[in-house]
Amino acid sequence: MSFLKVQDVHHTYFTKALRTTALSNINLTVEEGEFVSLLGPSGCGKTTLLSIISSLLKPTEGAVLLENKPVATTKNTIGYMLQQDYLFPWKTIEENILLGLKLAKQLNPKTRSNALNLLKQMGLNGGVEKQLPKQLSGGMRQRVALVRTLATEPKLLMLDEPFSALDYQTKLKLEDLVSQTLKDFGKTAILVTHDIGEAIAMSDRVFLLSSRPGTIHKTFEIPEELRKLSPFEARNHFLYSSVFQAIWKELETLERKSE
Amino acid sequence: MNENRNKIELLHQNYLQSLKIEKRWVRFYQLIILAFVFASWELLSRMQWIDPLIFSSPNKIWKLFFEKIQDGSLAANLGVTLTETVASFIIATALGVIIAALLWWSPMLSNILDPYLVIFNAMPKVALGPVIIVALSPGYTSIIANGVIICVIITAIVVYTSFKEVDPNYLKVLQTFGATRFQCFKEAIIPASFPTIISTLKVNVGLSWVGVIVGEFLVSSRGLGYMIIYGFQVFNFTLVFLSLFVIAVLATVMYQLVDLLEKKLIKE
Repeated sequence: MSFLKVQDVHHTYFTKALRTTALSNINLTVEEGEFVSLLGPSGCGKTTLLSIISSLLKPTEGAVLLENKPVATTKNTIGYMLQQDYLFPWKTIEENILLGLKLAKQLNPKTRSNALNLLKQMGLNGGVEKQLPKQLSGGMRQRVALVRTLATEPKLLMLDEPFSALDYQTKLKLEDLVSQTLKDFGKTAILVTHDIGEAIAMSDRVFLLSSRPGTIHKTFEIPEELRKLSPFEARNHFLYSSVFQAIWKELETLERKSE
Repeated sequence: MNENRNKIELLHQNYLQSLKIEKRWVRFYQLIILAFVFASWELLSRMQWIDPLIFSSPNKIWKLFFEKIQDGSLAANLGVTLTETVASFIIATALGVIIAALLWWSPMLSNILDPYLVIFNAMPKVALGPVIIVALSPGYTSIIANGVIICVIITAIVVYTSFKEVDPNYLKVLQTFGATRFQCFKEAIIPASFPTIISTLKVNVGLSWVGVIVGEFLVSSRGLGYMIIYGFQVFNFTLVFLSLFVIAVLATVMYQLVDLLEKKLIKE
């Protein structure tokens, strides 16, 4: 039985003048411990799909099951990381990373020291926890955001283009860190991105989405050789470029179809 | 290396010095304006170029000031007005924020109340003065109510707007942690709107003075507003000017206190 199951999901946004079908006929499964990516052009409903999976949005049709239970009934099992860190500027780093625990009333000395340890594991020590977010660099802030997301120990992690606002070097470093951390904790993760390279380097499987309405166009299995490597090493592997080419071709045909 | 550092140090000193000098000149011209206004006022009044009965003179106001301090009537009236103003200022701000919170809480309620807020905001609230005084009977309550009614709607509207403008992604972060609507309000909406709330305090300082002084005009029994209206009725404009000066000083002090509070509360 699959860990996460998305069944026949349709979603349509209604406004006074328009009805926009963002997603149509989405079916996918994710196994426990797997890292999958949703890849596609902007406006193909990637973020909508993430919101539906994390039950922030109710789909017009269809269901999302996490360990055979509807996601809406499973509280605090899904962590969500946004494009920007969205750390609360008026809270210290410590208050920021403990926020999830506080809201879920799970804050106790044990969970608290876990969260602070996690911060250290991310290479953020030396009194960072007493500082305010604006005193930190973009990469550090995104690492804090990751700690905040992991602190509540979610079973499933949603990464909504978490590296898109960072400079290239920081982005590559953070890819490795996130990938390693998720592997260590055995977390299941879904990454949304429009960066083909990032999708290949980080994932086990890539779902290519076509736009208007968003459907799953094709699924790519990433070869075992690349999966074993860290994202940075994977980018330098000879198989990387062949997978890249294959995905690139599919994207081209998608584009031609829409024209 | 060392020499270079000394040079930069020196340049920095010069820069600080130039800032100090500029500030002194600004203060100097400010004092000149003040002295010029009061000196020419005194002079024009003594030479009878302006009617001393209407425009009084700084000297007369100063003498009356000591007189009123000695007989204790200034302190009594001042105390009354200050209490009323501070009370209406605090009540109006608190009430305004509570109304804004209710509007944010229920979008339905905000849709329903929208036209009433617009009407109420657009109408000159001081015109309600007589109704309030009759309804609440003349005295502290009705004067405070008069001050409150002037500030409360604009506070509610401004604060509600800032509640709505909080970046929805902060709420999204909280919702992914399963936060309730109250937790969203407490953790994101209120702290993010804090600067706006403080700046409405500044506006309310001025507005609550208007409300309270108008209220005292109408009730006409005590307070600085009463001193003004009494001075006007007996044609004692020295009294009117004295009250005006006292009000100006108090309002400025209150404004500066709010400013200080702002600097204390908002972590830069």
